[in-house]
Amino acid sequence: MAMDQVSTVHDDHAHDHKPGFFTRWFLSTNHKDIGTLYLVFAIIAGIVGYTLSGIIRLELAQPGIGPLTSLMEFFGYSGDQAIEHAKHFYNVVITYHGLIMIFFMVMPALIGGFGNWFVPLMIGAPDMAFPRMNNISFWLTVAAFIMACISMLIPGTGQFLGFGGGWVLYPPLSSATGHPGPSMDLLILSLHTAGIASILGAINFIVTILNMRAPGMTLHKMPLFAWSMLVTAVLLLLALPVLAGALTMLLTDRNFGSQFFDPSGGGDPIMFQHLFWFFGHPEVYIMILPAFGIISHIVSTFSNKPVFGYLGMAYAMVSIGAIGFIVWAHHMYTVGMPVDMKAYFVAATMVIAVPTGIKIFSWIATMWGGSIDFSVPMVWAIGFIFLFTVGGVTGVVLANAGIDHILHDTYYVVAHFHYVLSLGAVFGLFAGWYYWFEKMFGVKYNKGIGYAHFWTMFIGSNLLFFPQHFLGLNGMPRRYIDYADAFSTWHFWSSMGYAVTLVATLIFFVGVIEAAVRRRKGVSNPWGEGATTLEWTLPSPPPFHQFNELPEVKPQGHH
Amino acid sequence: MRFLVALLSILPFSAAAYAAVPEEGGINLQAAATRIMERLHWFHNYLLVIITLITLFVLALIVWVCIKYNKRANPVARKFSHNTPIEIVWTVVPVLILVAIAGPSFSNLFYQENQPDLEAIAAAEGDDPNIYPDAAAQGWITVKAQGNQWNWTYSFPDELDGGGYPVEFVSNPLQRGLSSDNLDEARGPRNLAVDYPLVLPVNRYIRYQTAASDVIHSWTVPAFGVKTDAVPGRLNEGWFLVEEEGTYYGQCSELCGKDHAYMPIEVRVVDQATYDSWISTLRSGDFEGAFGALDQAQVASNSDRADAETRLARAE
Repeated sequence: MAMDQVSTVHDDHAHDHKPGFFTRWFLSTNHKDIGTLYLVFAIIAGIVGYTLSGIIRLELAQPGIGPLTSLMEFFGYSGDQAIEHAKHFYNVVITYHGLIMIFFMVMPALIGGFGNWFVPLMIGAPDMAFPRMNNISFWLTVAAFIMACISMLIPGTGQFLGFGGGWVLYPPLSSATGHPGPSMDLLILSLHTAGIASILGAINFIVTILNMRAPGMTLHKMPLFAWSMLVTAVLLLLALPVLAGALTMLLTDRNFGSQFFDPSGGGDPIMFQHLFWFFGHPEVYIMILPAFGIISHIVSTFSNKPVFGYLGMAYAMVSIGAIGFIVWAHHMYTVGMPVDMKAYFVAATMVIAVPTGIKIFSWIATMWGGSIDFSVPMVWAIGFIFLFTVGGVTGVVLANAGIDHILHDTYYVVAHFHYVLSLGAVFGLFAGWYYWFEKMFGVKYNKGIGYAHFWTMFIGSNLLFFPQHFLGLNGMPRRYIDYADAFSTWHFWSSMGYAVTLVATLIFFVGVIEAAVRRRKGVSNPWGEGATTLEWTLPSPPPFHQFNELPEVKPQGHH
Repeated sequence: MRFLVALLSILPFSAAAYAAVPEEGGINLQAAATRIMERLHWFHNYLLVIITLITLFVLALIVWVCIKYNKRANPVARKFSHNTPIEIVWTVVPVLILVAIAGPSFSNLFYQENQPDLEAIAAAEGDDPNIYPDAAAQGWITVKAQGNQWNWTYSFPDELDGGGYPVEFVSNPLQRGLSSDNLDEARGPRNLAVDYPLVLPVNRYIRYQTAASDVIHSWTVPAFGVKTDAVPGRLNEGWFLVEEEGTYYGQCSELCGKDHAYMPIEVRVVDQATYDSWISTLRSGDFEGAFGALDQAQVASNSDRADAETRLARAE
């Protein structure tokens, strides 16, 4: 019996035999299939999160409460009752837009999707270290997403449905004072589950990267995307347990009479903010570091040049990750911290600009002297470098506590973090998508559609987010369903920008469908001699199990 | 470089004379009414020049490599991947820029955050624009703003009424997005005006405290350059001194639930005599009388200001 099983397994390897549909996609232990599942999941969650942002921009296109009241009237409320529901629903929408985009779109796509697909391929490993843990990590993420969506539809506070306290979940608004309903409890469970999934994934990446590199591939020869995933995984492993602790304390405050965050019992709501941002700040680097890795490969490939300053690039990511843990309170300059503490966080925060600058300049130096091919992934990467710079410099402005007293909680902050995430992480995501599409799916996409997607997205997202700097400087607070009439001009243009990105998103899906219908056969390396990492040595798509004989990495002397 | 400077000079960096309300289509900070905000204006303009230059520099480099090193212009890529001097430069120069930012940043931060020592200031000589000896000689005026879902309660801990309690009143918004809204434009801009504004005297050191009764709120007036969270169980504190009479607006700046967008802050800054009679009427318990007299004073001062603006226009 045991012998039979062994020989069956052996046969699978020999003929690259794929399991049946259910086994393959629901019980998958194959890193490439799980990567694909993550990408499909992220696209679905992305559609939900993007629709929510559409609701925000529709409502804010003009002053007053309009479209959401109509929506509530559609659901059977009337008069002022419809307006009151609209006001709460707006808060629910901004909350879940943030949570879904962070936990169920960017992270699953960059880490679960590209990380699972390409870390083993790039380091010459047959699979992830713990394939079954990989599987449960994915399905827990799905469960967490479903719970988050359900929590939008169950009572949050009074007659209002869903939790409307912002993605930061600050108590007392998130405790029994602000949202006594079961919605918040389910949301806590959802985030706990998503957190466990991410911790399991992080352990898997760390073990895989540290133990399963091909013979000869020392850490200092490892591709930068693998480096970025290693740093990201360490950040996840250190940061998420702190979030889990804070969420658990919130849960017991809500249900079991503890008073960690309740001043009437000696607790402190600000302590939650410290715990949350101790997780939350590394979290923003968790979202951007994988994009850094992807961009490095794309820039090097299409400049037909090795990455400039490889070690500097790798250790810039390590230092961004390390400093990322000691700057959290710059999200909290207005809570009433002592001035010396603010001064420390100002200094620590500005230090991050140095390794970030090293990365930007090293990408440009990689292009310098190169022979640049403006392929679709490359234009996304160049767009990323510029837009990330714009988001980075406004970050330097906000790092200064004095200025932040004015800009905190205004649209300036919204513009800043959308430039680094929506135009940073998401541009990195699309760059990776067009870079590896042919490798993952074995078919070519239509380049014209890829360029059209880039330009509409570039114009649309800049029109969407750049005017928000103006709004913030002029005093427009965040998370407002309605605003003073003076803000209407730039809100209108911002909403027009959203409409342009809607066209861009449609073009993206047209590109995917076109590629799926035409099925132009992909080649193993469409990018030529600039593409030097191991995934390009395999056919497209790669075999179900790769590297049965481990590739040997020859010492090349220098990078 | 000269072109850059010329380009920058046409951008609205300078603190133009904006009204102390958000401006239609405005793209810069609201006009300053306190020294704190003036300094923030200067600092923001300074930062804006630096970050604009950095962004344009990066953009120029990108454009340069795209023109000079594309496949057609440069068919054979060079293979270098190291250049230690340039790596040292792009590490050290950003550090120097950050040091140049940190100097004014810390100076501003400590100016805003450290409560001024009024006795020392009252004794000071010379004309340092950061201190106000005459105002310091008159001492502090303390006001407490308590955030509630969804309005503000203002109280003056040092001003006691007949029963020995601090005078206190609730400031409600005129609009909540509902059909019952008062949309009278004469009362002030929509979503910014309140029924009973906070009244403070001009050219006096104001110590403001924030607290909250339910969830976290945040008290802010952009023209003053102040924003302080109102947190349950805490009493946060800050200071400002308003240099010009007028009506100033702010809006709650920490998500506090359904009507977060509908708890604006209106501060009416008046001369000392108007403030004195307002607060003493309030102490006597004549609430409507206090605010009624204020509205008449406001009408009078508005016409004064119109005259002043005409004079200013003629002078220019």
